[in-house]
Amino acid sequence: MRFSEISAHLSKFRVGIAGAGGLGSNCAVALARSGVGTLVISDFDVIEELNLNRQYYFNDQIGLMKTVALKENIARINPEVHVIIHQKKLDSSNISEIFSGCNIIVEALDSAAMKGMLIETVQIKMPGIPLVVGSGMAGWGRTNDLTSRKIDDTLYVCGDENSEVSDSLPAVATRVGIVANMQANIVIEYLMNII
Amino acid sequence: MKILLNNREEEFMKESLSVNDFLLLNKFSFKMRIIKINGTLISKDNYDNTFIHNGDNVQMIYLMSGG
Repeated sequence: MRFSEISAHLSKFRVGIAGAGGLGSNCAVALARSGVGTLVISDFDVIEELNLNRQYYFNDQIGLMKTVALKENIARINPEVHVIIHQKKLDSSNISEIFSGCNIIVEALDSAAMKGMLIETVQIKMPGIPLVVGSGMAGWGRTNDLTSRKIDDTLYVCGDENSEVSDSLPAVATRVGIVANMQANIVIEYLMNII
Repeated sequence: MKILLNNREEEFMKESLSVNDFLLLNKFSFKMRIIKINGTLISKDNYDNTFIHNGDNVQMIYLMSGG
């Protein structure tokens, strides 16, 4: 299959991305480059200098809302992609509305508690919509500990499911980028299998 | 009972176990996790009154902060 055929197929779909940090920004850019038609991105944070060690933003974007900056960066890469942004903190009452109409959703939140909340909400309130979770990507190296596994038709997990980000084991561009691209890869695989 | 835990067969002395007892018995220490039994997500509020039985397919995901 030629790339033009792949991107033409992907252009028909809408992908939700919950969070625009290390996982979300890199995953969104990979999906935009691949030609996904619509990205629905939600985040409530502002870009800080510290974020530039792994997130898909630029030095002159410090202080901007991540959603606004990511939309701008995607437009500069692939203006064909329709980007819908929501500057909201996700909770169990707004998730199904924000991501309504999405064919698949990427979990790209920071805290384990928020990840749990999103998974519970999507699985219960949006039955049948697959969710791609990122869990365990702290530090560097240990490339082969990072895996992606399918739990069932509606749930996938990428990461080592073991390493927690902390002050002494921070998130580093390489491992976060690998997991973000693993998530994007699952999204593409899933969408390419929809006839 | 015999169950599938993350696609691996595991055997327990008990006939059935509540999700809470199952977690205690296995000393699963991670604070945040997702548990699905036969494809159904079990919310935390129901860990006491949901039971795992012989033949169940139990999937557990460990949630780590970072993203």
